[in-house]
Amino acid sequence: MSNARARADVVICGLGWAGSVMAEELTRAGLNVVAIERGAWRDTSTDFPPAVDADELRWTTRREMLQPMSVETTTFRNRLDQQAAPVRSWSAFQYGWNVGGAGAHWAGMSWRFTPWDFQVATQTRERYGAAKMKGLQLQDWGVTYDDMAPYYDRFERIAGTSGIAGNINGKIMPGGNPFEGPRSREYPTPPLKDTHWMRTFRDASTRTGHHPFTIPAGNISQSFVNPLGVTMGPCTYCGFCDFHGCGNFSKSSPQACILPALMRRPNFTLLTETEVLHAVKHDDGKTVKGVKFITKEGVEGFQPADVVCITAYQMDNVRLMLLSKVGEQYDPVTGRGTIGRNYNYQTCSTVTGFFDDNYMNPFIGGGALAVQIDDFNGDNFDHADLDFIGGAGIMGYSTNGRPIQNADTVRPGTRRWGSEWKAAYARDYQQSGGIFCQGTSMPVREAYLDLDPTYKDRHGQPLLRLTFDWNRNDTKMLDYVTDRAVRIMKEAGGQDIIVENQGEHSWNPYKQHSSHTIGGAVMGADPTTSAVNPFLQSWDAHNLFVVGASAFPNNGGYNPTITVGALAIRAARAIHETYFKNPGALVKG
Amino acid sequence: MNRREALFSLGTIAASLAVAPSLRATELNDVPEHTQLNADHLPRPAVRTGGFLVLTATEQKTLGAVYDRLLPADEHGPSATEAGCLVFIDSQLAGTYGAGKALYLDGPIRPDNERMLMGSPQFLATPLARYRTGLAALEAYAQKVHGKAFAQLSAEQIDAFLTELEAGRLSLGQDIDSKGFFELLLQNVREGYLADPLYGGNRNMAGWKMIGFPGARYDYRPYIDRRGENLRLLPVSLIPAD
Repeated sequence: MSNARARADVVICGLGWAGSVMAEELTRAGLNVVAIERGAWRDTSTDFPPAVDADELRWTTRREMLQPMSVETTTFRNRLDQQAAPVRSWSAFQYGWNVGGAGAHWAGMSWRFTPWDFQVATQTRERYGAAKMKGLQLQDWGVTYDDMAPYYDRFERIAGTSGIAGNINGKIMPGGNPFEGPRSREYPTPPLKDTHWMRTFRDASTRTGHHPFTIPAGNISQSFVNPLGVTMGPCTYCGFCDFHGCGNFSKSSPQACILPALMRRPNFTLLTETEVLHAVKHDDGKTVKGVKFITKEGVEGFQPADVVCITAYQMDNVRLMLLSKVGEQYDPVTGRGTIGRNYNYQTCSTVTGFFDDNYMNPFIGGGALAVQIDDFNGDNFDHADLDFIGGAGIMGYSTNGRPIQNADTVRPGTRRWGSEWKAAYARDYQQSGGIFCQGTSMPVREAYLDLDPTYKDRHGQPLLRLTFDWNRNDTKMLDYVTDRAVRIMKEAGGQDIIVENQGEHSWNPYKQHSSHTIGGAVMGADPTTSAVNPFLQSWDAHNLFVVGASAFPNNGGYNPTITVGALAIRAARAIHETYFKNPGALVKG
Repeated sequence: MNRREALFSLGTIAASLAVAPSLRATELNDVPEHTQLNADHLPRPAVRTGGFLVLTATEQKTLGAVYDRLLPADEHGPSATEAGCLVFIDSQLAGTYGAGKALYLDGPIRPDNERMLMGSPQFLATPLARYRTGLAALEAYAQKVHGKAFAQLSAEQIDAFLTELEAGRLSLGQDIDSKGFFELLLQNVREGYLADPLYGGNRNMAGWKMIGFPGARYDYRPYIDRRGENLRLLPVSLIPAD
């Protein structure tokens, strides 16, 4: 093939969190790694220092760190019988557009999933009976929380995560989350401080008999040297975090945690502003021989490699599998095929209250600055008499007080313009408090991904098509948890309460508060229902690994990043410890 | 021509000469050593003097009349135009925002289907084109209904007009989604009032003073423990206040 580069041991497609931690593992093991990233090189001191970072219009409103829809977008429909349309403008989707991927602009909420999340099928059947699973396409992940725990720990050490443990080796710790899975030790750095609203929420949820704790944060509370020798600085609560880079080296990101070490390794090469078009299969179709890519000048090339790791955003992982023609497209009618199966979202609501004569000082914020209760998350409460499974975290958050973004957070019934709005915003900016319910999402047969028959990207490749709407299990769950959140808001003293329950209307990408998309190339022990095995190795091409939230068969009531990172480290270890010694399937299907 | 465009056109020349283009993927090894701000990453302040870049005199008057009813002068601060919102939007429309560089503008579009799926109207037109068409329609509407320029309507007449526009009860012709146009105007005027003064609006940080937002400060560690206190922090912007 013309324009072929020199062979690499491993090619990484997309240098976000997953690609970065994998490249770090693989190069440290001595492998020769080439990473290909379609975004540009972006670094703290040159691209988002404090001199330019505190700019809401540029980063939050115009979203300059995000991948523009003109580069690539998704098409969407609720149901099979509809004609999908492209997402033309900024929406809930927040794909990365730089080295570091979405890991540079994320908020930093650094959760482990609960043990239940990895085994929803088995545990639901055992605790409530198979009838409870009716209508849901539940399947276990093929790994347990105990399998994941060491990799969670490793990722948290790299990220410098701040928090307070709730369960160390089975012992419940005061102040932490008593519902979390057991961890082997405390967080790398202590929890962040409470804002006025967080303290108000913490006190109210204590009075209601629940168990508030400071959430684990990738906005770290004090300086920290991670195991790669990279130094991070303390979070300054600047309030320009999600959608923004971090000028303080305090938000966990590939830039702040990994790239300074990784880039200096002689066996690592990064191609920037270069987009992987698809993997290329060997003639026998059983393995891949590398990836085809295109540079920003429009020149196509080929990167041969013994192992290909697809580490793009979840949506692009699925799209690259389909464009590479590895595995069979999932069919929502017959249930056959695995690529595109079990697409899902994050079931969310918000509850906003107003507090007379208060100074919340909402500008004191961090992307992961919040207090949460997990009493109604996952399977932490008895569902025997409820007609759903799953739950949501209930979080009192202080993420930001950015004035454009919050301009509609005024007491209900206020006209959105004129002197009426000005007076209301002048008063309510300091007086509102928000609760976010971030819930589980269970897979159903009808929700899936495939290639759009009509719309193309800038290179003429088909866009990914999303077919999705809320399912009854998840909307019932959300109604239940949102009601609990309203009770806490009332206990806290919130008045004029506004409830935005996302499940009350058909899903569309412009209405959502969460960017968390999952599934489509899910992991599992059964090759007929999963695209990749428990090491994220393709069942259909054993030298191809697909790493990201695309592997989640169902969504936990948490942000996905730490689970993605832990899965990536686990996959990379399997590649250099086992696969390279004896190339072939790591697990029997 | 910036570097990116230059490279694109080089690629075109190479292709037209039927010479096999060489592969020049940007290859990075080691951490790049230059530590100054990337030139393409420096913010570009709005031009505050020397006239408007894209809005015509009539458009400025029409838009100013609308903006100043959306955000009128009162005890909470200056009007939108006094705060620089026209300079702001002119600058925005003259740049990548106005050109819709980030948007997916490929057809086909079936407007009713897209509105149904997305919950709001979708467009192939750029923001600048939507302003052009929309402002012309406002002017035509005023001439037809009131027999005078939009900018000469009374505050009550404009308020009544905007109320109808917001509710989607008013037709401005086939080419314009009136509620969609209202939302565009409201979003942009709020941006102009509340964005950093760097972009030409929010003069003297009036929008930030209205709500008590301290602006581009970057460190609240000394304040976080002062929970519930009126901190009375003076706002700071990315450029010197005028």
